[in-house]
Amino acid sequence: MSTVPPEVADPVPGSGAPHLPPQPDLVQLLTPEGQRVEDPTYSIDLGADELRGLYRDLVLVRRWDVEATALQRQGELGLWASLLGQEAAQVGAGHALRPDDMAFPTYREHGVAWVRGVDPLHVMSLFRGVDNGGWDAAATGFNLYTIVIGAQTLHATGYAMGVQRDGAESAVLAFLGDGATSQGEVNEAMIWASSFQAPVVFFCQNNQYAISAPIERQSRVPLFQRASGFGFPGVRVDGNDVLAVLAVTRAALAAAREGQGPTFIEAFTYRMGAHTTSDDPTRYRLADELEEWKLRDPIARLKVHLAHEGLADAAFFAEVDAEGDELAARIRSGTTSMEPPPAVSMFDAVYAEQTAPLAAQRAEFEAYQQSFEGAGH
Amino acid sequence: MATETLTMGKALNLGLRRAMEDDAKVVLLGEDIGRLGGVFRITDGLQKDFGEARVVDTPLAEAGIVGTAVGLAMRGYRAVCEIQFDGFVFPAVNQIITQVAKISARTQGRQHMPVVIRIPFGGGIGAVEHHSESPEAYFAHTPGLKVVAVSNPVDAYWGIQQAIASPDPVVFLEPKRRYWEKAEVDLDATPEPLFGSRVVRGGDDVTVLAYGPMVKTALQAAEAAAEEGRSLEVIDLRTLAPLDLDPVVESVRRTGRCVVVHEAPVSLGLGAEIAARVTETCFHSLEAPVLRVGGWDVPYPPARIEEEYLPDLDRVLDAVDRAMGF
Ligand SMILES: Cc1ncc(C[n+]2csc(CCOP(=O)(O)OP(=O)(O)O)c2C)c(N)n1
Ligand SMILES: [Mg+2]
Repeated sequence: MSTVPPEVADPVPGSGAPHLPPQPDLVQLLTPEGQRVEDPTYSIDLGADELRGLYRDLVLVRRWDVEATALQRQGELGLWASLLGQEAAQVGAGHALRPDDMAFPTYREHGVAWVRGVDPLHVMSLFRGVDNGGWDAAATGFNLYTIVIGAQTLHATGYAMGVQRDGAESAVLAFLGDGATSQGEVNEAMIWASSFQAPVVFFCQNNQYAISAPIERQSRVPLFQRASGFGFPGVRVDGNDVLAVLAVTRAALAAAREGQGPTFIEAFTYRMGAHTTSDDPTRYRLADELEEWKLRDPIARLKVHLAHEGLADAAFFAEVDAEGDELAARIRSGTTSMEPPPAVSMFDAVYAEQTAPLAAQRAEFEAYQQSFEGAGH
Repeated sequence: MATETLTMGKALNLGLRRAMEDDAKVVLLGEDIGRLGGVFRITDGLQKDFGEARVVDTPLAEAGIVGTAVGLAMRGYRAVCEIQFDGFVFPAVNQIITQVAKISARTQGRQHMPVVIRIPFGGGIGAVEHHSESPEAYFAHTPGLKVVAVSNPVDAYWGIQQAIASPDPVVFLEPKRRYWEKAEVDLDATPEPLFGSRVVRGGDDVTVLAYGPMVKTALQAAEAAAEEGRSLEVIDLRTLAPLDLDPVVESVRRTGRCVVVHEAPVSLGLGAEIAARVTETCFHSLEAPVLRVGGWDVPYPPARIEEEYLPDLDRVLDAVDRAMGF
């Protein structure tokens, strides 16, 4: 049983060879062609409104993402980490959460932020360099972004241990990337979660790359299979299928709430854009791959399904597009008019209780700044 | 003979290339350093020319990068680790402090640790969190590690080769905001020793000490001060552990005033150690206390206000004024 799947038996790092094709055990409920299919384990039954709602979210988060990339290009953001291609994974996972559940994102989960009701401007302020994320984590059930790879998986586990102690019926969703699975801390998180049967679900978006490193550099087995070594179930879901993601994540969160411990979900997807706006993916991957994944687009398939089943008409699609443009305009004006905080604020929340030396330094800073006012140094 | 105008990034690239040509045991380890050439392109083209066994695109695991470098060193290799950004060295700090730093002493010198840990460090590039840190004091505070901070393409070119040739572990700090600054590099020159500081501008009134990204700032301050008739002597420390204070002591005995500049928070930073040592050795020559200019004692702030955090020409001149005012 320890055989390496043939497609990864001899990976040539960075050779540009096609990535792992979808595995047989890929949970899928909506094919890339927009056809509803059944899965032996996972099912979902959504009404027309809910399906349209998912579509709307997918379109809006993509529109946001496109606008953010443009704003970065125009110098309004320092950086942007695009979610392009991962909309279904994020919107599906976000909708699986209940209000009292908690999510621990990386830096790319704008789609989950959206579903949790985080104002996009609070995410934009981080990438503009105005703050480190301006939203209220407790109120939204969506923790602040974590840039240090993997660190949040331990926080999620600890939070889940707290939930357990409270006897609460809620669950925790820890986001991570494929690259993150190599971090020691992520492995520690899975051991802790397993050992204490903590109500945490690890939601790994395998977008096939960690910057330039293809998934083969992190793992020779499909990632979801790792879970069994830690002692909990792993499942691979078509990350571009919002229905399957929603069904699988709901089931895993429900199991966690019921005391059945963690699950590892591998959402098999693709990073359609650059790693961030600082990155140049043409240096390490071939355009063919991108073309292949375009055929599996998460939004197109739901649109086809809705249209084909008569669940939405042209007017609805036009309405959503118009809403997207309005959202983009709001994000644009909100971002460009965002002022930096007063510099002195850097001293203010370092501790819950301000210290005397830091208060003195703060005063020194203010006096120094005032020395420039009208002085012409 | 061969003098080239190089950016610091390119100088590092050529220095690494030359070290790899000179010694087949040199192996580079890091995230995205192969095909991509590193996020700053410092290793650009090296995997193509030296192969995947010598330029290794590692899994995303910094403890792994440094921990395996230790094992490679035990097997006779000289690993050069690239940490992608300063803020991401911390998963490797266990390996660096409990292992890399102690192995020579605990083997009574039988096992050397020729490991180089390259870290792009410091701020000023408008980055998001964890991409602008100055962690040098943690390493300089750890016995067993040598710590170097280069400030210019010439030192970058030679320094990286010397660090790789060193039998001791070297934390090699590269000021990322200066990667694109250019200088003439004589590729055939006889380099200065790695572990020494250097006077980079002579002066009489105040001795200004800096390293890495702040050397340029100190030189700009000296330029501005000169216009006001004030003469600053600027010393590039170059090596933070061991500290080479001989040129500093010589200078301070003449000027009687000393200002230390670094981006890292002032409290318990390199400046504190230097101030103590200068005070001990130059006490009778000092006209003013040794003053420190550094980052404030707060987490590195968001990019839009980082300019207010980082020492700049004005803050250096302000300290110079205060030193002169005693
Ligand atoms: C500890 C640490 N090391 C390195 C980095 C730099 N870095 C940022 S994102 C990234 C790749 C992450 O890949 P993955 O986990 O697959 O997530 P993705 O970016 O693909 O969403 C790296 C290496 C970091 N942020 N933290
Ligand atoms: Mg990834």
